Amino acid sequence: MRGGQDSVRAPVLRFTNCRLLRAGKLLREDLWVREGRILDPEKLFFDEQRLADQQRDCGGCILAPGFIDVQINGGFGVDFSQATEDVGSGVALVAQKILAHGVTSFCPTLVTSPPEVYHKVLPHIPVKRGGPHGAGVLGVHLEGPFISQQKRGAHPEAHLRSFEANAFKDVLATYGCLDNVCILTLAPELDRSHEVIRELTALGIRVSLGHSVADLQMAEKAVQSGATFITHLFNAMLPFHHRDPGIVGLLTSDQVPAGRCVFYGMIADGIHTNPAALRIAHRAHPQGLVLVTDAIPALGLGNGRHTLGQQVVEVDELSAYVAGTTTLCGSIAPMDVCVRNFLEATGCSLESALEAASLHPAQLLGLEECKGTLDFGADADFVLLDDALHVQATYISGELVWQAEVARP
Amino acid sequence: MRLVILDNYDLASEWAAKYICNRIIQFKPGQDRYFTLGLPTGSTPLGCYKKLIEYHKNGDLSFKYVKTFNMDEYVGLPRNHPESYHSYMWNNFFKHIDIDPSNAHILDGNATDLQAECDAFEKKIKEAGGIDLFVGGIGPDGHIAFNEPGSSLVSRTRLKTLAMDTILANAKYFDGDLSKVPTMALTVGVGTVMDAREVMILITGAHKAFALYKAIEEGVNHMWTVSAFQQHPRTIFVCDEDATLELRVKTVKYFKGLMHVHNKLVDPLYSMKEGN
Repeated sequence: MRGGQDSVRAPVLRFTNCRLLRAGKLLREDLWVREGRILDPEKLFFDEQRLADQQRDCGGCILAPGFIDVQINGGFGVDFSQATEDVGSGVALVAQKILAHGVTSFCPTLVTSPPEVYHKVLPHIPVKRGGPHGAGVLGVHLEGPFISQQKRGAHPEAHLRSFEANAFKDVLATYGCLDNVCILTLAPELDRSHEVIRELTALGIRVSLGHSVADLQMAEKAVQSGATFITHLFNAMLPFHHRDPGIVGLLTSDQVPAGRCVFYGMIADGIHTNPAALRIAHRAHPQGLVLVTDAIPALGLGNGRHTLGQQVVEVDELSAYVAGTTTLCGSIAPMDVCVRNFLEATGCSLESALEAASLHPAQLLGLEECKGTLDFGADADFVLLDDALHVQATYISGELVWQAEVARP
Repeated sequence: MRLVILDNYDLASEWAAKYICNRIIQFKPGQDRYFTLGLPTGSTPLGCYKKLIEYHKNGDLSFKYVKTFNMDEYVGLPRNHPESYHSYMWNNFFKHIDIDPSNAHILDGNATDLQAECDAFEKKIKEAGGIDLFVGGIGPDGHIAFNEPGSSLVSRTRLKTLAMDTILANAKYFDGDLSKVPTMALTVGVGTVMDAREVMILITGAHKAFALYKAIEEGVNHMWTVSAFQQHPRTIFVCDEDATLELRVKTVKYFKGLMHVHNKLVDPLYSMKEGN
């Protein structure tokens, strides 16, 4: 609880002339903010007998919770999987740049790397609140190295590992410290995965299934052991088969424990997933869909060669491939582009598209009380969007942190 | 009384809102001179509130120097329950206007000492200088506020148990589940409303027609508590055609014939913009 007397005197901001996303609907309501959190104006009126101190006109925009990107490998020349001298600056640069795309919280993602890289990099990516300096870091997403050789995609084969010898101890030895980690992608068919999944889950780390050749039964067992996420559905896993749906089958599996939701990331960059496949997934299990960018360091840089971890990557217009191959490796579409692509491809409601980029990732991480929502008491991280879902302004803790340039006459 | 009959609900709501608007502006409220308004809840006044909000948003009407006193509130319903009268007033009126929160008075149905709460409310009205205009509605059983049939016509603010007619009428706000409807409420008394300098009763819809007939064409009777206003020097009944269905043709013709006089009360419609 924030300090009683002080918070009562703190200024109250009222954002008017907007359409709020609340309870799955866009409503004509005002947003009230105090001390960086969303306030209940009715309580303010009757209990404190106060009005707003300042008003901000939102010009009729849509006001949605800030986007949350749980899979982003870097961007703007920064590669989170590189053990540079100043990891912190790299993270800070990306954090600042993604504000323009409506992202207010993110999970820096590290691809398969040798242990030295993890040991050097992880301690420098702490959980951090967002602000005018950039989007908040919710925790690190570790994608690999405990993945399938067959489905490694762009991950370097030389650094793949298994934990069949010492299970969780191998995990700790590889990464060093898991304090700043909030999501871990692994292949459940690896021996002793269920012990590892249970230990990670007990630590509060979300376990994700990906880069795997697991069949549905193996995937279901993994979910029962605690796994709650699927990394970029369809990509780097066995294709759906009507007698063995594989990991994709989790979307409609009846073996998921009651009350639990299996979330799944989707890259809606127009390249990684055919729109028809997006629609099938969305229709089968809309509440679990989480939009991710899986963005690589080339995001925001244009065509040419760039690095991603231990690999070299070629960027050509909208696609990024491992140099000299036809293997996709991450995307260069920013989050707001993904949201618009998703909206168009699925024909879903504005509310659905917005929730896929805010509420669902917050629910995946167990943060839905303060992130990804405009409910009273939540952090005032939000975006103003026009009807075509172009970002007009980004706010963190009720403070303007980015604004689209207004055309001058 | 004045009986103002408009063709439909929207026109009746608009006439009532214009009247309230003009009364506030002509009063010339200010720092040491607040206009006190008594307010109702329910579905009838919704259109009127919408129009008042519109006048406010246009800059024609400010509630900065207006004090309000609501008629009633359920007992035992949490204040933030969507069906409490606090929620109703916030969502349908207060959040859209510029009234000072300390000037918006609603009875607290969760007070530890309910009668003390009622007495304090009466005291607040007295301290505000009495009510300039009390706006109210009528129940299907002819009640004003929650002064159910049998209420004393000189009653003051107090705790009342709701009559079955009222509970049935309110069930629609509680998913049609009778067991969820509150059975008690705090309400201003008939006497409390009679003390107001002016009273305006809004009555729309055919389901209120019989109650209107009982209230104005029959005698003063504690079974139809709105009938008490026959003895108030300044009462206006604003209704739509459907609400007049049980009245005598003679009554309706007489008052319709007076509309050109009634309309002078709302035309011209004043505005605070002109620096009145």
